[in-house]
Amino acid sequence: MLGYIIRRILAVIPVMVIVAVFVFLLLRLTPGDPAAIIAGDMATPAQLERIRTSLGLSDPLHVQFVTWVGLLLKGELGTSLISNTPVTQMIGQRIWPTFNIAVMTIILSVVIAVPMGVIAAWRHRTWVDYAVMAFSVLGFSIPVFVIGYLFIQVFSIELRWLPVQGYAAPTDGFGKFLARAILPCLTLATIYVALIARMTRASMLEVLGEDYIRTARAKGVKETVVLFRHALRNAAVPIMTIIGTGFALLIGGVVVTESVFNIPGVGRLTVDAILARDYPVIQGMILLTSGLYVFINLVIDLSYTFFDPRIRY
Amino acid sequence: MLRIQERLHHFKGHARGATLGLLASAALISGAGFATSAMAEGKTITAVMHSGLRVLDPIITTAHITRNHGYMIYDVLVAVDENFAPQPQMADWTVSDDNLVYTFTLRDGLKFHDGAPVTAADAVASLQRWSKKDSGGQLIADVTESLEAKDDKTIVWTLKAPFPALLDTVGKQSAVPPFIMPERVASGSADEAITDYTGSGPFVFVQDEYQPGVSVTYKKFADYVPREGASSWMAGGKNVMVDTVKWVTMPDAQTAINAIMSGEIDYIEQVQIDLLPILAASEDVTVETRDDLGYQTIGRMNFKHPPFDNVKIRQAAQMALSQEDVLGTLIGNPDYYKVCGAIFGCGTPLGDESGSDTLTSGGDVEGAKKLLQEAGYDNTPIVLMQPTDVVSLTAQPVVAAQALRNAGFNVDMQAMDWQTLVTRRASQATPSEGGWNIFFTNWMVPEINSPLISPMLNGRGDNAWFGWPQDDTIEALRAEFIAADTPEKQKEVAVKIQQHTLESVLYVPLGQYTSPQARSNKLTNMIPSPVPVFWNIEKAD
Repeated sequence: MLGYIIRRILAVIPVMVIVAVFVFLLLRLTPGDPAAIIAGDMATPAQLERIRTSLGLSDPLHVQFVTWVGLLLKGELGTSLISNTPVTQMIGQRIWPTFNIAVMTIILSVVIAVPMGVIAAWRHRTWVDYAVMAFSVLGFSIPVFVIGYLFIQVFSIELRWLPVQGYAAPTDGFGKFLARAILPCLTLATIYVALIARMTRASMLEVLGEDYIRTARAKGVKETVVLFRHALRNAAVPIMTIIGTGFALLIGGVVVTESVFNIPGVGRLTVDAILARDYPVIQGMILLTSGLYVFINLVIDLSYTFFDPRIRY
Repeated sequence: MLRIQERLHHFKGHARGATLGLLASAALISGAGFATSAMAEGKTITAVMHSGLRVLDPIITTAHITRNHGYMIYDVLVAVDENFAPQPQMADWTVSDDNLVYTFTLRDGLKFHDGAPVTAADAVASLQRWSKKDSGGQLIADVTESLEAKDDKTIVWTLKAPFPALLDTVGKQSAVPPFIMPERVASGSADEAITDYTGSGPFVFVQDEYQPGVSVTYKKFADYVPREGASSWMAGGKNVMVDTVKWVTMPDAQTAINAIMSGEIDYIEQVQIDLLPILAASEDVTVETRDDLGYQTIGRMNFKHPPFDNVKIRQAAQMALSQEDVLGTLIGNPDYYKVCGAIFGCGTPLGDESGSDTLTSGGDVEGAKKLLQEAGYDNTPIVLMQPTDVVSLTAQPVVAAQALRNAGFNVDMQAMDWQTLVTRRASQATPSEGGWNIFFTNWMVPEINSPLISPMLNGRGDNAWFGWPQDDTIEALRAEFIAADTPEKQKEVAVKIQQHTLESVLYVPLGQYTSPQARSNKLTNMIPSPVPVFWNIEKAD
């Protein structure tokens, strides 16, 4: 197991190198000029060229690449071309809102979706099953911003229970954090509940038809134990995969939800950086996201051994 | 089985109760949170500005949000008032009889945010850095003999030749005003952004709370000594009546509307016109226009490549365009736009509409067809660049493309994001090889209300603004304007510039529009100004 973990962690290095080279070249081949964003509409071509030179954008590509890799090896991601702020500081400011919302969304989704999926499978082809499936289809189909606006209209504007927008860190007070995080989490959870419930139902249906479930029932094991201990554990591998991938997607940025609820997360940071061609920020975010995907996949793979002892690395 | 169903039913009841309970407690707790925060920060104005603040150096960029930031934390020597007249702000002045020596004297009590007094040396370094970046500043620099600090309070600016518009240029509010910074900051390169944000303005920038593109916080500068007298645009007394001003960025316009209606924010700098009916229903919010001049939307052609290297074809294109069509599509509500053929803007001292008849009366498609035929247009495609990610620039290309097609042009409209457009417009390559023929943009009227600052009126070929017209007549007229020493003479030259601009189609003015703002009724005494200012505003509890 330890050897497997070390091999997987070492495998991150070539992945990150390929991502770094690819992203660097792709961005430089995309039309766009950060100097034009900095200088504004009135700048003359000569002024733009002077700004490009001061930012190092006039250097040959290989020189720019070596400078950036040098910074990476020192653990730095460079400085934003537009705001002149270290990229690590910018990501540090923006990752926590995204992370906290993602964690809360996933917890909320799992708590709601897994029992929903289990019950739907258990009550297969009854109105409960159809209701869960109908909810899943709706959850997939309604655009996230529509759900967000509906929640805002009901809970913030009509009932005035919760703020319309914004983010407060848990360190500012858990109540304040919760008040602002609950609607975006519920909004995002709608999709993830639909996704996880569907996957749980499908996986459970497969397992519930197995001989050992019939044996357990024949032995008089309680139905809750049959469902949650015998069936769910065996059905857990695909469910864990979907939860892990969902978490990575949430961390990678949920731009629309961040915009609707005005959450200063990494999704908006990435989109703003792309629109401004802020190369160091885009590169930093893509590297971070790639690293995160590799890490989460590793965690998912390792979690399989917990749910299914037959899996060994 | 029944027991399980009962249990599940029981569980569902609990879950429902817990969810409602959670929401209700969140509401209670969050209410308490708001109160605590408001008490701790004193009176705070939370404003949603038109864009996120990302560049903090107001000299290196012409971005409006950075200029607005500049006015929060810096002060200026001279500022124009609402009558476009320069007024003393940090300094009073005298001018020698031969109009060659301007002597500025700093007023008493001026301090930087770090406690150091503002000296003449700081002002000189700031003016020198500004004059390297600003087009008006460069013109003054061309005729400057010397600019020096005579003592701690006196700045002497000696010219080689009279520059009658010196005070107007130093006191202008856009695009790059000469903000006064400490000498240690201003003595750096004009091409590298500053990293020390010490100003002497009415607010202090709170660096620890700054999140680029997300939010910026300003605290009242307790030692700021306002000038006596009423505020008028950027001139007069800047009396700060609140403790904190917070600018937040909201990428979603609907969210900002919801937030002001629920009382979470106090002010929206620009409200999308299609969302105004929602605000009209609110008794707690006032929608108003605080800047009557607003913006001018324009089209610019590329003089370097066919077919717009031919003046007759440029004239035909201009003749095909109708301001009403463009503005009607872009803004829709006639309360917020006006047809205006003046290149210096309507409502400005130099504004004159000579030669703009076709633009302001619906266009002349038949005339354009005829002119195009006379010019021998050979169906060369017109590469028209269409930005798709800037709301205020999406309508013009579409309307113009159709108008040009109606007149017989072969239009190749190419959609792209704004960043691609600004890169491509800098390319002098032929349109078929990555160049372009025409694009559209918007200017604040104070950015184009004089031939000294309007970038489109530079006729110096490759050194001119994108489109690169080589036009000796406009250069001669600009020199004539610089030499004009009375407002009457300046206006006379301005009319000639207006006529020449539309005859040679240096650019196409497509009309003027304003942006409605929204403020909570708790805010009072906001002064009208093209730059939103946060002094003088009072906030009720």
